[in-house]
Amino acid sequence: MKSMTSHIVSAFSEELETLSADILRMGGIAETMINDACRALVAGNVSLADETAHRDDIVDEMEADIERRILRLLALRQPMATDLRAVVSALKVSSELERIGDLSKNISKRVAPLDGSDVQGVLMSVDRMGRGVSHQLHLVLDAYSEADAELALKVWSGDEEIDQHYNSLFREVLTYMMQDPRMIGPGAHLMFIAKNLERIGDHCTNIAEIVHFQVTGTYLTSSARPKAPLLDG
Amino acid sequence: MADTTTSTVALEETKAIDTKVDCRNINVFYGAKQAIFDVSMAIPSRSVTAFIGPSGCGKSTFLRCINRMNDTIESARVEGEVIIDGEDVNSAAVDPVLLRSRVGMVFQKPNPFPKTIYDNIAYGPRIHGLARSRDDLDEIVQNSLMRAGLWEEVKERLAEPGTGLSGGQQQRLCIARAIAVSPEVILMDEPCSALDPIATAKIEELIDELRERFCIVIVTHSMQQAARVSQRTAFFHLGKLVEVGDTEHIFTNPTDNRTQDYITGRFG
Repeated sequence: MKSMTSHIVSAFSEELETLSADILRMGGIAETMINDACRALVAGNVSLADETAHRDDIVDEMEADIERRILRLLALRQPMATDLRAVVSALKVSSELERIGDLSKNISKRVAPLDGSDVQGVLMSVDRMGRGVSHQLHLVLDAYSEADAELALKVWSGDEEIDQHYNSLFREVLTYMMQDPRMIGPGAHLMFIAKNLERIGDHCTNIAEIVHFQVTGTYLTSSARPKAPLLDG
Repeated sequence: MADTTTSTVALEETKAIDTKVDCRNINVFYGAKQAIFDVSMAIPSRSVTAFIGPSGCGKSTFLRCINRMNDTIESARVEGEVIIDGEDVNSAAVDPVLLRSRVGMVFQKPNPFPKTIYDNIAYGPRIHGLARSRDDLDEIVQNSLMRAGLWEEVKERLAEPGTGLSGGQQQRLCIARAIAVSPEVILMDEPCSALDPIATAKIEELIDELRERFCIVIVTHSMQQAARVSQRTAFFHLGKLVEVGDTEHIFTNPTDNRTQDYITGRFG
């Protein structure tokens, strides 16, 4: 996060800066995981999928490390005002990113079982949704890095599009499954993949809310957010 | 925030809170040097208001306006009104000695009288004629010490000198002495700065209990202490009131950049 003037205790400023740099690094890894999981899916590249799934361990370790450092910082520095909000935000954002890593790993693990099924058409739609979701993550990380509340707000409202994407993908997969019972197995995997991407989108809106709070000190209420209606069936 | 708006903000807030002390356009001069610049602030009853700010920002000077302690400094001149229960404490009709029984004070260094523990407490009620009999006086002494959380520690040694107590006990003795005359407002000028953390915690616990009955104003250098004990916090800088508001707000999302810089340790 963009820093303001320095603390009298310079080590404190440094700790806050490394913290936000590490959040961004963690976010970068999570973003590549989404992209690579989708790429592996479309190309049927099982080894890329395996490698992507393994990157989740790095994300988990980073989260644990960030949490440890934040506990130390709270105990030793007793941050106030903007600093307090920055530290609490970092803690929350890191746990959102950790969940994004988990969900991307789950997508990667479905590449192998889908290998050889005739689902190219749906995969294109999944890939499009994946791009939309990773773009959301990219933007919200920018908002975090630049302390840009307006951009955070844009990401926050942008989740409606992801939800619509999910709804149409859901309908598409359902159609495939109804047409051909042999598609039920792959279709179930695709449903989970779509749901995972939709969940990642939700985590991005959570991060947007956190960034907005960090910058402005005011809360966005999720009930006020524009949402696409959930499809039944 | 522009300086001109601060007093307006404070005045608007007076409507929302149950005001005990209403300070209006206070200016203080030490000789030719102005120490406080047009500060207006409403201090609510039955709650703790903390004054914070860097050394020399005027927070103690402003505190001392409330019970006219600046009268004791020859070069000091105070302008403006301090209204307590509808009466300006600076008016000629107000007797400063009586005023100080209504607005008690606790200082940075515990300053018990060189008398017994009992007499430290009994002194005020005696000179103000608050007790009709020895039994009355005994009761006031016991109640005051109990409310100050000191009774259990000193009940067997009331005849011993107050100066023989530990620093933390002496400070609680001074608080007991202040509340013995049933004041309405208690001013505390860095009451814990000479105490260790445990004694400090006891004073803070005491302050939290006392706020149910009194209007308490505390000057402190410890922002953590202000955050812990107060419901409202006022930030002073260079003799001006920069910002006053709910403590939670001041410490999580202050409005003014100067407040922000001070409480996050970025000043200077």
